[in-house]
Amino acid sequence: MDTLLDVQDLWVKFPSRQGVFDAVRGVSFTLGRERLGIVGESGSGKSMTGRAILRLIRPPGIVEAKQISLGGVDLMGKSEKEMRAVRGQRISMVMQDPKFSLNPVMTIGDQIIEAYRQHNRASKTQAYAKAVEMLEAVSIRDADRVMRAYPHEMSGGMGQRIMIAMMLIPNPEILIADEPTSALDVSVQRQVLDIMDKLVKDRGMGLIFISHDLNLVADFCDRVLIMYAGRIVEICQADKLSEAKHPYTRGLLNSLPRLDAPRDHLEVLKRDPAWAQAPSVSGRV
Amino acid sequence: MADQTLRQWLLTDTPTSRRHAKLSAIYQGWLSFRGNTMAMIGLWILLALVGIAAFAPILSPHDPFVQDLGNRLAPLGTESHILGTDSLGRDILSRLIYGSRITLYIVALVALIAPVVGLLVGTVSGYVGGWVDVVLMRITDIFLAFPRLVLALAFVAALGAGIENAVLAISLTAWPPYARIARAETLTIRAADYISAIQLQGAGAMRIITRHIWPLCISSLIVRVTLDMAGIILAAAGLGFLGLGAQPPSPEWGAMISEGRRFILDHWWVATMPGLAIFTVSLAFNLLGDGLRDVLDPKGGE
Amino acid sequence: MSMLDINDLNVWFGHGRDRVDAVKGATFTVARGESFGLVGESGSGKSTILRAISGLAPLWSGGMAVDGTALSKQRPKAFYKTVQMVFQDPYASLHPRHSVDQVLGETLHLHGFGDIDARVVKLLDDVGLGQKFRFRYPHQLSGGQRQRVAIARALAPEPELLLLDEPTSALDVSVQAEILNLLVDLRRDRGLTYVMVSHDLSVVGHMCERLAVMQNGQIVEIMGVETLRKMEAKHPYSQSLLAASV
Repeated sequence: MDTLLDVQDLWVKFPSRQGVFDAVRGVSFTLGRERLGIVGESGSGKSMTGRAILRLIRPPGIVEAKQISLGGVDLMGKSEKEMRAVRGQRISMVMQDPKFSLNPVMTIGDQIIEAYRQHNRASKTQAYAKAVEMLEAVSIRDADRVMRAYPHEMSGGMGQRIMIAMMLIPNPEILIADEPTSALDVSVQRQVLDIMDKLVKDRGMGLIFISHDLNLVADFCDRVLIMYAGRIVEICQADKLSEAKHPYTRGLLNSLPRLDAPRDHLEVLKRDPAWAQAPSVSGRV
Repeated sequence: MADQTLRQWLLTDTPTSRRHAKLSAIYQGWLSFRGNTMAMIGLWILLALVGIAAFAPILSPHDPFVQDLGNRLAPLGTESHILGTDSLGRDILSRLIYGSRITLYIVALVALIAPVVGLLVGTVSGYVGGWVDVVLMRITDIFLAFPRLVLALAFVAALGAGIENAVLAISLTAWPPYARIARAETLTIRAADYISAIQLQGAGAMRIITRHIWPLCISSLIVRVTLDMAGIILAAAGLGFLGLGAQPPSPEWGAMISEGRRFILDHWWVATMPGLAIFTVSLAFNLLGDGLRDVLDPKGGE
Repeated sequence: MSMLDINDLNVWFGHGRDRVDAVKGATFTVARGESFGLVGESGSGKSTILRAISGLAPLWSGGMAVDGTALSKQRPKAFYKTVQMVFQDPYASLHPRHSVDQVLGETLHLHGFGDIDARVVKLLDDVGLGQKFRFRYPHQLSGGQRQRVAIARALAPEPELLLLDEPTSALDVSVQAEILNLLVDLRRDRGLTYVMVSHDLSVVGHMCERLAVMQNGQIVEIMGVETLRKMEAKHPYSQSLLAASV
């Protein structure tokens, strides 16, 4: 498997009055043409990891890494200006809530066309045709109507599909999806995931799928990194997640209520301070 | 407790009593305020102003009212008159020092009246809604529609010239923006779950407004008032300049500029020195306001 | 005797052309001591039913009765001693400038309790927080701890009916387990009646004995939890909801 992204010893640090807080501590992994899941609870550093790859950590946060190499080129050495060419062009990111990512006073069509023309030299008509094509790629049937609509007229699932369509315009090599379906209803969730799945397969993209939902990740991804307190505590094949060994992963799995196995009390996760201290497991292949 | 320093006690995450929790919150606010250099400069200037006003008789080299027509319009650096003298030979430095009392008096009175009226009108209007909201907001609109200084002029003209009336006039024209801010904040706060939660305990409108909405509105009002202080000082100075505020021989800074205006080409310092004083204090309030916003604004914090 | 009786309830927002009907003709009863679930997707009107019961949604028609007493538009103070609510987002349901002590103390004061200090201590123990949290402010608490405070506040007036509006959907799964366990224990110890709204079928399946499935403001099916577990829902919408959540 060819490696798209190679992250080595990634740290994200936030200096504060009480000393330096490490949000991500020495995380290493590689990404091929696969669906890589990152799961963890809030504060585990999973979102920070995704943002740090694009160097999108706001000051005073600091990103440090031995290397973050994209196709053999180290992103850490790039200037802010060069990074802007990477963001969107080669690595795209889909956020949790599409409402905050779309401009509320522009029609969706205008936004997609603008995004397309930013990356490609094309006439208005060409860009329009391309935008419609993009919307159809994410299973939006009446693309012409959607092109004329404003973001607030869209449902959550529709908005998320539009976001994905926009992210795909420059044909990136890697898509980072940070909780892309958490704000959606279960039935819509499935549709959005199917679209992402198809796109990743058809275009041979690498996908980093960040989520708090173990079952969803197990279902959808190829490989899963489990993060706790800024470290990767375990890596496993997604279909073997139910056989995970680390007590944290086991605890998370057991704390979920299950329809097929009714219990009086749910199992409560007992956190061992040693989990946070142990070195990060490497997710490189 | 014995092996704990006061600092640790104040910075604890586990306060042990109501007083402890309050003190700890105040101390943490102070720490983040102290980190803002510009705000600290503003605070020091204002503390200095208070000090000057309090010890005016000791600090001022001369009596601010004593005229010395033989030594009128003395330039800067004249012996025993560092900032010169004005058209009646009064020491400008002494007049500025005594004038700080008047400035503080104006600032304190306006800060007491305008935001309180605005807070009351805005929160009641926002929380109660319906026709109460419509009536209160239309009244606010009427006040907002007049230019501030013109309205203040009208009030002073009706009530008579003088420093108290000037303050009253400024306060009456200053409250509508506060009412608007308070209402806008109330509208967002009113929809919050914690307000629903206290409604479910059977709390009445009065309790919700005073105990739950006010604490959240006050911080942004304080910030806004400090930022507006510069404008209020300028408005008071403007009224003084027009002869409708403090009356001669009172050493009010605006009135001093007005007097100095006649000699501005030949004896520039007579108008410039009080102008610099107004500038410094206004700037200090603005710096302080910016710093307070960082500490108090709940949206920016955490 | 039933604790809660909802009969042909309609709830709407706005007037005239802007009117949105959030709940249409909902009918169900909840027995004393029972735990009843309301499930559906966003916009199905499940939370609106809770808000109508608690008096936070003033525009409604139909019949609602708590413990045999019919509810009018204005709720008497005694009503809030019987019915309390826990909100979805613990980050939004606590006043940012009030300490835990103030939140609980004020609630107790409003309900006319005298021994406030002793009761605050007891409430904190009951929800598993303990004394060291008493004087903290919400920003010093985690999501799970905040939700425990919100539960303590709801328990303060010693209610009989607790309305739970997605009490764990904003929390991590491990914290969700702790809160759900706490709710199970509290119901058993105090003989509470729950009406719980959730979009998560497995949570409702864990907590409730019966549940209603809602779609577009209407209740499409009411079933027992056994039916749910055996995946034997009758209405096509309930079936699709079940299929999507496993």
